[in-house]
Amino acid sequence: MDFSFLSQPAFSGGGTYLDWVITGIKWTVLVSLCAWVIAFSVGSVLGVMRTTKVWWLNGPATAYVELFRNIPLLVHMFIWYFVMPEMVPKVLGAWMKQGMPMPEFWSAVFALGFYTASRVAEQVRSGIQSIPRGQTNAALATGLTMPQVYRHLLLPMGYRIVIPPLTSEFLTIFKNSSVALTIGVLELTAQARTISEYTFRTFEIFTLATVVYVLITMAVVVVMQLVERRVRVPGYIGTGR
Amino acid sequence: MFTGFDFDVIQRALPYLGQGMLTTLGLTLLAMVGGIVLGTLLALMRLSSIKAISIPAGAYVNLLRATPLILVIFWFYFLVPIAIKHISGDSYAQGIGPFHSALIAFTLFEAAYYCEIIRAGIQSVPAGQVNAAYALGLNYRLATTLVVLPQAFRNMVPILLTQGIILFQDTSLVYVVGLTDFMGAASKVAQRDGRLVEMYLFAALVYFIICFFASFFVKRLQLRITPPR
Repeated sequence: MDFSFLSQPAFSGGGTYLDWVITGIKWTVLVSLCAWVIAFSVGSVLGVMRTTKVWWLNGPATAYVELFRNIPLLVHMFIWYFVMPEMVPKVLGAWMKQGMPMPEFWSAVFALGFYTASRVAEQVRSGIQSIPRGQTNAALATGLTMPQVYRHLLLPMGYRIVIPPLTSEFLTIFKNSSVALTIGVLELTAQARTISEYTFRTFEIFTLATVVYVLITMAVVVVMQLVERRVRVPGYIGTGR
Repeated sequence: MFTGFDFDVIQRALPYLGQGMLTTLGLTLLAMVGGIVLGTLLALMRLSSIKAISIPAGAYVNLLRATPLILVIFWFYFLVPIAIKHISGDSYAQGIGPFHSALIAFTLFEAAYYCEIIRAGIQSVPAGQVNAAYALGLNYRLATTLVVLPQAFRNMVPILLTQGIILFQDTSLVYVVGLTDFMGAASKVAQRDGRLVEMYLFAALVYFIICFFASFFVKRLQLRITPPR
């Protein structure tokens, strides 16, 4: 193991190889966080829609989840990056191909975000559905309307219950962000591969990349444990465990 | 929207795509079998009371579950040839090609996920079953193979199959090492003929149909085999 190559100036310019690794980490984190914003918000809405008994709400949400879950992420990436500009109106398509800043980045964010949204939706749905029916009935009996039941009972309880599964979805989004390399986002895995091709230090650079992913995982787990402790429902020792 | 959509391209590429699909299915099935076998061993190791056995298995599972699949595929794509040269001592030894290195990567990667599923399955078997087996004079090996694992697997079949569907989708990532699986075939035709829209939408449709019906089948199976409690 010899990591001294990291301080060498990179073959094609742009700082040292270490700078490349840092750029890679930056893109991995950026793609993942931006995608998570989409995944969490869209997934929450879809998950709530699936728990309602209104057909025009839960029908489309179910269709979305089935459609997005059953197509591999790689295909999503290609569709957002290669197919989307051809399918939208011509003017918009032309802008997406030429004018849009960082097309790879945004395609990756949308693909990863809308893909993960379907998985978040399933978690939110199962969290809400795991709340005993009696609680909903009791809330309705006290005179709350259905939107109020969601606002004051189902959502606050449901979200606390799904923190552990949502944590693993959040971890998955960091790992899945590596698929963005297929459309040219120079995130951590892509940088590792390029550096290995330039320096033949395959073993070292892949080890470094693996360690960084493990560190990201550990950081997320620690943060989510803090969140979980903060929002724990008093009196519920093992809620959602 | 579909003006200029060329269905002919898809039809002409069908035999080639079919071959790619065979590669995908072969890779999925082999990695699934290998992953379940290895995952069972890892699960038994993780549940062992001997620390020297359970800790390495736990470390392996957690490490692989924290690493992106693409990185694991790269690891084996580059490492396997080096390992072969090292083991055989022949510096001109032939590599084993992308299919086998991908197969090894998927097997070892999926084993970590299967391990967690199987571990949960084993833990769902009531402790009384194990005690009863020991009381009848069975040793660890017999109690595990005759009493614990059959019951555990019965409960786990739907989840194992669902993981298989996820694996089927994940095999599309072998694209990154240039292997011609279904997705690889689709993208090669797409680039050769300049027909990205048709090929990628068709690939999405095929994946969707297969996975949708496979999950539907798994759901029905789950209802049928859930043991009476």
